[in-house]
Amino acid sequence: MSVANYFESLDYGLAPEADSNVRDWLKGHDASFGHFIDGAFRPSKDGKTLSTREPATGDELAKIAQGSAEDVDDAVAVATKAQASWEGLGGKGRARHIYALARMVQRHARLFAVLEALDNGKPIRETRDLDIPLVARHFYHHAGWAELQDTELADYKPIGVVGQIIPWNFPLLMLAWKVAPALALGNTVVLKPAEATPLTALLFAELAARSGLPAGVLNVVTGDGATGAALVKHDGVGKIAFTGSTEVGRIIRAETAGSGKSLTLELGGKSPFIVFDDADMESAVEGVVDAIWFNQGQVCCAGSRLLVHEGIHDRFIARLKERMNALRVGHPLDKAIDMGAIIEQSQLERISALVGKGVEEGAEAYVPDIQTPENGCFYPPTLLTGVEPASTVATEEIFGPVMVAMSFRTPDEAVALANNTRYGLAASVWSENISLALDIAPQLKAGVVWVNATNLFDAGVGFGGYRESGYGREGGLEGAYEYLKPNAWSARKPRKPVPPVPVVEATDSFEPMAVDRTAKLYIGGKQVRPDGNYSLTVISPKGKVIGEMGEGNRKDIRNAVQAARKAAGWATASTHLRAQILYYLGENLAARTDEFVARLSAMTGVKKTDAEREVETAIGRLFTYAAWADKFDGAVHSPPLRGVALAMNEPIGVAGVICPDEAPLLSFVSLVAPLMAMGNRVVAIPSERYGLIAADFYQVLETSDVPAGVLNIVTGYTKELARTLADHDDVDAVWAFGDREISEMAEARSVGNMKRTFVDNGLATNWYDPKVAEGRLFLRNAVQVKNIWIPYGE
Amino acid sequence: MSEIIPMGDTGTSAPGLHGNAIARNAGHALELDWINEIQVNRSAVERRTSTLGGRRSVKKDAQAGWLLKAITCIDLTTLNGDDTAARVRRLCAKARQPVRPDLLEALGVADRNITTGAVCVYHRFVAEAVAALDGTFIPVAAVSTGFPAGLSPHDTKLREIEASVADGAHEIDIVVTREHVLTGNWQALYDEMRDYRAACGEAHVKAILATGDLRTLRNVARASMVCMMAGADFIKTSTGKETANATLPVSLVMLRMIRHYQERTGHLVGFKPAGGISTAKDVLAYQVLMKEELGRRWLEPDLLRFGASSLLADIERQLEHHVTGRYSAFNRHPMA
Repeated sequence: MSVANYFESLDYGLAPEADSNVRDWLKGHDASFGHFIDGAFRPSKDGKTLSTREPATGDELAKIAQGSAEDVDDAVAVATKAQASWEGLGGKGRARHIYALARMVQRHARLFAVLEALDNGKPIRETRDLDIPLVARHFYHHAGWAELQDTELADYKPIGVVGQIIPWNFPLLMLAWKVAPALALGNTVVLKPAEATPLTALLFAELAARSGLPAGVLNVVTGDGATGAALVKHDGVGKIAFTGSTEVGRIIRAETAGSGKSLTLELGGKSPFIVFDDADMESAVEGVVDAIWFNQGQVCCAGSRLLVHEGIHDRFIARLKERMNALRVGHPLDKAIDMGAIIEQSQLERISALVGKGVEEGAEAYVPDIQTPENGCFYPPTLLTGVEPASTVATEEIFGPVMVAMSFRTPDEAVALANNTRYGLAASVWSENISLALDIAPQLKAGVVWVNATNLFDAGVGFGGYRESGYGREGGLEGAYEYLKPNAWSARKPRKPVPPVPVVEATDSFEPMAVDRTAKLYIGGKQVRPDGNYSLTVISPKGKVIGEMGEGNRKDIRNAVQAARKAAGWATASTHLRAQILYYLGENLAARTDEFVARLSAMTGVKKTDAEREVETAIGRLFTYAAWADKFDGAVHSPPLRGVALAMNEPIGVAGVICPDEAPLLSFVSLVAPLMAMGNRVVAIPSERYGLIAADFYQVLETSDVPAGVLNIVTGYTKELARTLADHDDVDAVWAFGDREISEMAEARSVGNMKRTFVDNGLATNWYDPKVAEGRLFLRNAVQVKNIWIPYGE
Repeated sequence: MSEIIPMGDTGTSAPGLHGNAIARNAGHALELDWINEIQVNRSAVERRTSTLGGRRSVKKDAQAGWLLKAITCIDLTTLNGDDTAARVRRLCAKARQPVRPDLLEALGVADRNITTGAVCVYHRFVAEAVAALDGTFIPVAAVSTGFPAGLSPHDTKLREIEASVADGAHEIDIVVTREHVLTGNWQALYDEMRDYRAACGEAHVKAILATGDLRTLRNVARASMVCMMAGADFIKTSTGKETANATLPVSLVMLRMIRHYQERTGHLVGFKPAGGISTAKDVLAYQVLMKEELGRRWLEPDLLRFGASSLLADIERQLEHHVTGRYSAFNRHPMA
């Protein structure tokens, strides 16, 4: 077109970003890359390769190495060797390196941006304006944590070698989210980028080495799922950090169960985008564009379920459709587009199939009449209206540029619809009424809530999910802990087996007999008989029958979980109230010290003074968590915008607790109290051997104003009960302390609903040592952090 | 929705304006509901405007075409205490021939009769400008109603409008009484604007909101809506004399109000950002915003004007660069 034509048409014309520098870089490597191990590229041991393509054209960009288990071995060995020296550099020494990485990213920003756009298919605008600046920001921020580590995180040390597996939707950004904290805090890394988008990771590793990062500290092994699996299984890896689908997250959880590997999982989502009738509607429409047509909708936290107040629904949808007509889809390097290419054909087909399914199930699809490139992997922005919560498209993550819309009548209904999902990654709330918005945000089951905004990210603000969207946080101090382990736990040794149960001896005593007592289960604030109506005998070390306790079964666990679920008021009860009740528990336990001392001595055979110490410590622990109840506060983050992000420590929900045999009263209290203090409801399985102590304890509960259902106690065979608890899809967390097998089982079986797990892997805890057995280490596991972003300004 | 009240002249746009002629905004009875329901989230508005530049890039031939169009939308302006008749004549000469003919030839648009959208002066120079532009279709716009503060007696303001119209002004840029907005006195604002519109007769009226004085985006949105209901043909951001001039966020809010008003009444209202738009890059950003928010139709001078004095010189330099491939200098282009 000529100038004169443009003068008339005022069309945009072509505005392509040049890609010659990237092509030169590829050519410099003969468009073929090995793994980056020990500071240099090296081919796969078996010589196998894969290709990575441009989604926009289908053309091959480069060949990459297909990593085998041997390659992973290699990389882990190198990382292990480098780790001690890297840790030994100290926080300040490492800070220099991480800072250098931030500067390196800035110096090569355009090279990264263009390469990312080519390899992934996302618009250059996004890589240039969002991905790459955020990458630099992450390294800056974490250079800071390295700098401060020796003083601010002195009670922790790095985990060691970390295996990281990242997805194709934000290849370099996900690298930064994972690599920056891991390296900053003294770990070394083996990174497995997505097979579809490995190039920016390889470029990063190459430039990092050039900017002085020691060899072996950051290793990149490329390949497909099999490569990732080899990394997950590797014994030399102390932690796996994974971002990807919930399906693969489940496999990783099951695979690493019992291994002692720490795990961070950032998984899928079906995040709600809630528009109230007092929202700035025009801005909310624009918010939808940012929510679901950002990165072609291939965003784990994409606002993909539009919930609009019924009163404005039709107007909103009409305006949204009009807005969609102005969207532009084109080549990723075109600087005048909103959306680029979908990652690959299979993904495109999956999106099409889901949209087809949605329409089949009654939804109406709106696709604007706009041009999309003829070749390559493109899908138009799509809006599905008339979607019901029961529709497939309302529950399945589409991972494409498809919004599904529903309406609601009241704020309560908006919350109910928003939470009606297995996921819990993010949510967006639009209202100009601050009281309404700040009332809704805490009620949403999501790790990130954006008020009048969407898809905001910052290195200083934790990001991560609730429910099946995964666990662990990335970013800020919340994320830093994920790459550290407490010094206090480093001396833990495998637990010694309890002595075998002696043979019961016939009694020959004619002393007056005490009145018989029947120990029951404690569910929903009531003493109840076990469903099966069987009992277990508790025998003293000398073979004397001390009593009998209920043998709970599956149904008792079911009932207990149901009672705990019902006690939802505990989560929102004031922290002052929770503190008072925990103090009162301590007070009432103190009043019955003699009774508990006698019971402990009789059951476990400990000396009276030891039993007294256990009861005294248990009382102290209750007081400690009463003290913490109104003090384990969140934080107010200051991301780089006019506004704040509130990091709130929220209870996880219903937690199952499996207690060990040692110090049966103290360990029970030490595990149950932090959960209660933070507003969780608990189903506890006391020590199998010494469970009678819990039966005594529920009498204390009954006198201490603990609301019904907040703490439920089911005695019986630990393994059987623990299995039911770990399997239960309405249990949000499970804490397993005791045999190593119990830890492994709890982790392996947590995958049904991706419970948070907290286990000791059979390592004994010294329950008397407050550094090891109480405080923040436990509290952090009793909460999940929700970050509420609140941009403001009139 | 209330019945549309015809208000004054509803004839077609002034001669010399490009595009299909559109009916003038006939106004609408004051609807307080339309004002009260307005919500503006500043952070969200700023996010939209700050990312738009990255979403739409206009380069090469397209950029030259867009910049030429921008010239046709410029209200070439002089509003200074030291203005004289000769200064105004020089401005008018530039308005007639805003770009060097050799450049227009090279760009292939010599036959398009490219002029600025209007010349904008104080009342004192209206007659001078009308005479200087004789034989062209370039309208003369007069700032009025006690510009820039707008605090003269109401009757004096109406007389000022009438005098300018009598001297041949085709367009009147009025200023609103900021107090009415700041105190939420929408009826007073509406009445004032309606009187201005009536006094203008056939001349088109642009309502300057002085957004820098209104401070908040919600105030801007409400004032926009009231002025449109009272019959403004254009809403305009600034006098150029406030501490804050036109900005993209303010403009976005005004454009959204223009769209709402059109949805409700069917009337198309024009937009004029003014003050501080001095580079080709700035003007492209506004054009993109117009196109994205309101569509292609709003890029023509009957619905878009730029109040500017130094902008033209920068556009000329960009056009020469487009033709020669070499960066240009101000002294290579005749001054206004």
